Amino acid sequence: MPNFEHPEYPEATLLHLESMVPCRESQVSSLLSIFGEVARSILCIWVDYRCSTKMFVLTNRLKTNLNLPHVFVNCVECFTSRLLLEEILTQLQSLSSEKKHGSHVPCDTFNDFVRLFKQEIITQDLQNQTVYIVLDKAEQLREMEANVLPGFLRLQEMTDRNVTVIFLSEIVWELFRPNTGCLEPFTLYFSDYSIGNLQKILSHYHPPEYSADFYAAYINILLGVFYTVCRDLKELRHLAALNFTKYCEPVVRGEANERDTRRLWKNIESHLKKAMQTVYLREISSSQWERIQKDDGEPGHLKGLSAHAHVELPYYSKFLLIAAYLASYNPARTDKRFFLKHHGKIKKTNFLKKHEKTSNHLLGPKPFPLDRLLAILYSIVDNKVAPTANIFSQITSLVTLQLLTLVGHDDQLDGPKYKCTVSLDFIRAIARFRLKKVYYDTYNTPKIT
Amino acid sequence: TAVRFVNKKCYIRARFVYIYLSFCLTDYFSQGKNDSEDSGLRFATCQLLWKQINSETEKIQEELNKQLFDNLIHFLRQSHSELQTKKTEWMCRMKSSEIPTAALVLGVNVTDHDMTFKSLSEVLQDNVTPYVVSLQAKECPGIKHLLQKLMGQLMDCNVDVDSSEEEECVNISQKKIRCSMASLSKWYESVTKKTDSETPSKKRTSSSRHWQSPPIVVIFKDMESFTTKVLQDFIVISSQHIREFPLVLIFGIATSPMIIHRLLPHSVSSLLCIELFQSLSCKEHLATVIDKLLLTTQFPFKLSEKVLQVLINIFLYHDFSVQNFIKGFQLSIVEHFYSQPLSVLCCQLLEAKKRVNSLSHNQCENIRSLPSFRRYVESQVSEKQIALLTEDSFLKEVTQTLLEDLHIYHENYFTVLRCLHVFTTSLPKYPLGKQIRELHCACLGKSVWETEEYESAIQLLRMLAKDELVAILQKCAEIFISSSGKQFSNTVEKLEEFLARFQNLEGEHFSVGFRSVPSVEELSSSYIPCCSFRSYLAPAEMQTLNEVVYFNTANTLREHLNAAPRIALHTALNNPYCYLKNQTLKSDVGCISNTAPDICIVYKLHLECGRLINLVDWLEAFSTVVTAVEGTDPDAVATDQVDEIIHARFIRAVSELELLGFIKPSKQKTDHVARLTWGGC
Repeated sequence: MPNFEHPEYPEATLLHLESMVPCRESQVSSLLSIFGEVARSILCIWVDYRCSTKMFVLTNRLKTNLNLPHVFVNCVECFTSRLLLEEILTQLQSLSSEKKHGSHVPCDTFNDFVRLFKQEIITQDLQNQTVYIVLDKAEQLREMEANVLPGFLRLQEMTDRNVTVIFLSEIVWELFRPNTGCLEPFTLYFSDYSIGNLQKILSHYHPPEYSADFYAAYINILLGVFYTVCRDLKELRHLAALNFTKYCEPVVRGEANERDTRRLWKNIESHLKKAMQTVYLREISSSQWERIQKDDGEPGHLKGLSAHAHVELPYYSKFLLIAAYLASYNPARTDKRFFLKHHGKIKKTNFLKKHEKTSNHLLGPKPFPLDRLLAILYSIVDNKVAPTANIFSQITSLVTLQLLTLVGHDDQLDGPKYKCTVSLDFIRAIARFRLKKVYYDTYNTPKIT
Repeated sequence: TAVRFVNKKCYIRARFVYIYLSFCLTDYFSQGKNDSEDSGLRFATCQLLWKQINSETEKIQEELNKQLFDNLIHFLRQSHSELQTKKTEWMCRMKSSEIPTAALVLGVNVTDHDMTFKSLSEVLQDNVTPYVVSLQAKECPGIKHLLQKLMGQLMDCNVDVDSSEEEECVNISQKKIRCSMASLSKWYESVTKKTDSETPSKKRTSSSRHWQSPPIVVIFKDMESFTTKVLQDFIVISSQHIREFPLVLIFGIATSPMIIHRLLPHSVSSLLCIELFQSLSCKEHLATVIDKLLLTTQFPFKLSEKVLQVLINIFLYHDFSVQNFIKGFQLSIVEHFYSQPLSVLCCQLLEAKKRVNSLSHNQCENIRSLPSFRRYVESQVSEKQIALLTEDSFLKEVTQTLLEDLHIYHENYFTVLRCLHVFTTSLPKYPLGKQIRELHCACLGKSVWETEEYESAIQLLRMLAKDELVAILQKCAEIFISSSGKQFSNTVEKLEEFLARFQNLEGEHFSVGFRSVPSVEELSSSYIPCCSFRSYLAPAEMQTLNEVVYFNTANTLREHLNAAPRIALHTALNNPYCYLKNQTLKSDVGCISNTAPDICIVYKLHLECGRLINLVDWLEAFSTVVTAVEGTDPDAVATDQVDEIIHARFIRAVSELELLGFIKPSKQKTDHVARLTWGGC
């Protein structure tokens, strides 16, 4: 007996549906109830599917299984409104006719779209059915022309046809709502999967060679390690697939049987932890990871992307970057104190202003003018630096390397301002001399020792 | 503003050098000089030499990149074949939407990357796939442009493969085709189908190099400059179509692979299957280039110590760019052949000897005036001195032998230098430098054996353990054997004898320890007679006729390669005589002369002001200076009223100064302009 009940569909279809989309009973049944009513169609459905990226699969499967006429479009892929509208029309053409690709329909404006849409419905003989338009990644619609989103919301009104638009989005409707011409859609929220749900879904697709119980135990272990950091079904499934061979190893070698969970756990535990450091962050590719598993080598020797954080820079680029860092995080007021040889005495109490007591690191880098950068550079480099063309071009290349950023527009020629975007660790790695002496925050942070 | 202009100028610099070299050379060489100084021949020699050197550098680059490219090709081959074979497997179901990605870390020398990418795409096109697309960030401000660029390049490579008939239809359809991934996958399908159904004869030729469904390789040349959105969108879109056509991405990364995490959120980077590739470091590249171009007798042209130092400093201090180093080397070749009339003799020894015979009288005089040659003449007996200074034919004979000596000197020099380098690299703290280029510079500049560093190196050598010493000596022997010079055969024999003695020593009195090992000084004196060792490494400046092959005007090179535009601008405005060479402009440093161009006067006056300059005061000062000498009595002119012409001149000068970027209009105070350079305050 299926969990969903619906008079219009045969039981077998519903059962099949249930097996395809586990743990989504309530949402599916409400969708079904909406889809079912041919005559009175709901306008728009807002599906909020924050975590499970498989959602579009769900709606898609519903449609294909129930044989509803539908069009499925990804809004990221159709990045202009024109592409989007044309894609919808093209798919509509191929709905009933068997040919695979509909011919190209030029469609520039929403007005044209409404007209062509009506025509198409008649030629396809779909007047008595509800046509569904599914827009995946609907948040992209906000970046198109202002009339596109309200237009889709009122599509039924404008075309005077049975049409339902389904928006799939990861963000809530409130962030979309346009100012004018808006019709409130019916919103349907999909909640996150619970750990139980995840367990159920993940163990559902077990490899044919092994029993379902064995695989479920494996999923249990996997979730125990990764559930705290990752609840994305897709990611978890990826991890499950990658590490399963390792888990099976003792069984394959005959050292343990399938029920010996304790031994299997011991075998896999350290391995999974390593996977958390590298694979989860995509620091090494999955094929590299598989190769390691095959060779049975220690994954320790294979460094992830973050292990290569050190950047080798030319001599003056290093100093320019250090100078930029100091200019970004030291208040300009203190330059005299740090970089002038005879700066006179400054009383410590007055030296720190109240609002500057918070660490400059919490506030982030501040913009500084080019002249200040050069002045600091001249004072921190031991020998004399001539302001040659090479020095200036190095500043520009630091900007293209994203180590500095240009504040303001690129075309602003006079008095350009920069920000330093590298971290303290990065600077520490390239600064051989003692940064502490000229670094303001060290005066600020309370001494721990 | 001046600064920002300069930044742009720097990029033009390399280009400028190129233009400088290619267009004006012929004129440049023969300009104003009569042909008695062989300018035409010099030009031809220069061209020939550069051609040889250029092909050598290309060869070096190819060899250095080979390992990296092989790895990449292996990766590309594997990435999609794996997917195809395992398509049905349970394991692969999850991986199927991952895009194989190679993160190529190339180092911060961005100017070199173009060359690498160019040869990379050539290699890929030859070995893996015809569909290689390279994208630059500045061409792709939006996803639309990116796709346009991508499709445009792909259609083009299709044209290369197909016959000319199809070319037309592709061109027509290209305009119509919408820039979407769907049409791209349709295109790919049609292309692969076409090659399948083609006549077998043609298919064989193409599929011998590429496989049936060749991947589409997209190279992002400068990953750092791409905007996050463009990259994200592209990756999301293409991951949905990855089943339809095999796509492989290559990210060209200049800084560190961490940039991928900075640019892409986890939801996007999880669509990639990233593998890391690291190119050879630029320092190693430079070392190879120096080794193959400079430390060899293959090319007659040589750099003096100072010039080499300038080039190396630019490399280490400024850009890490090997391309720029080679460009600098090229510039010094051109400069040498242009400025030194005797550079006509800077070619292979046999050819040079021939050319000596046909030297004009003028050129003989040039030889006589060379400082090194004069030194040589002075050391001769008086009859010979007279003959050298008066008889051209005798001079030519002597020149031939001297050239031969110089050649032999070089042959010996490089061999001995390498030996010495083997010794010094094994020492702690590297008193004579770790790299052979440092040692080379030290030897070029002065007599190396007189320096303190050499002393300490020798002392450290004495303390070496025996087995280390044996290893070094063996290496030296290898170097001597491989060198072409015959005069070392004697030395090799001695060395081998010495090594044999060492082996015996081990057997006989092992207990005595390394005290009994003969000191290195003794050793070196036995394998290279000490005095001759010194003569081998004598600085090049001591050699007679060294000016013929050594380029030593480091200043010219520095001016060209490491220009200081701010200083030049300041000099021009502050002291116009320096550039205009007009006697009336010669003046004392302090005062402001009214004969100078208006802009100079305005500039000098503005140097005395603070950050904000009052225009009225400035104008008054200007008119005082201008009228000071013209009308000898300044009181005669109405003091309040400024002459209209002077006013106009002033305004023009100020706007010129604004154009140069020294001042800008200010909104802080009315009638004030702000200074953009330091100095005043």
